[in-house]
Amino acid sequence: MQWLLIMLGGALGAAARLWAAGAVQRLAGGAFPMGTLAVNISGAALLGVLAGAFAGAGETALSAVWAFFAIGLLGSYTTVSAFTLDTLGLLKARRLGLAVLNMAASFALSLLAAAGGYALGAAL
Amino acid sequence: MKQLPLYLAIAAGGALGAAARHLASGAMLALMGPGFPWGVLTVNALGAFAIGLYAALAGPDGRWSAGPVQRVFVMGGFCGGFTTFSIFSLEALELIQSGAAGLAGLLIAASALIWMAAVWAGAATGERFGASGPR
Repeated sequence: MQWLLIMLGGALGAAARLWAAGAVQRLAGGAFPMGTLAVNISGAALLGVLAGAFAGAGETALSAVWAFFAIGLLGSYTTVSAFTLDTLGLLKARRLGLAVLNMAASFALSLLAAAGGYALGAAL
Repeated sequence: MKQLPLYLAIAAGGALGAAARHLASGAMLALMGPGFPWGVLTVNALGAFAIGLYAALAGPDGRWSAGPVQRVFVMGGFCGGFTTFSIFSLEALELIQSGAAGLAGLLIAASALIWMAAVWAGAATGERFGASGPR
């Protein structure tokens, strides 16, 4: 059952990423991978909310919820592979400033988003 | 709905990638213990290598001619579902919350370096392999 939930969440998360990253990238335009950055930040924020809301809850009570939403959906919605490929592409195109900006923004903003989401989830 | 095949492909890849991630990070947890989030660090490095390799092989100069459905299945679906930025961020946050800010800093720095080295190595391998074989 847990595997089914992870796979179902993973399928939905990847499809949601295709849609959301594409929509943001079309809106932003340009060489900077705004679409991937946006899904990673929003996914980290949502996972933070979930973790904050379920902090202290019993392990068994949330295992199905966690498998579907955290490991499956939000795990798959966010991506490191596209982030690294985008950054490598910027480096190869000699867009060093954009590559560094993408790395700094991805790490800093995803972590901040997770922390903010966690605080929000814990307050719920 | 012209984009339906792309969405079906990425969903299938994402399901397999997420399951493979759960399997691999579970194996790393069993192997290395719970002190440091090796599992997500490792799957993200493997996924970065894989997408670099595939992108070089299936790219314009690569030896494989891959259509958009196969590309989105492998790159957006499997590699994207296998790797995760959100769980990485949460694990770094949990290290900070538990008072291990130094370890969190190490995790972030090591992740940035290892993931970028992995995608570079994957791309370099793919370019080399792609150039050496018959077209």
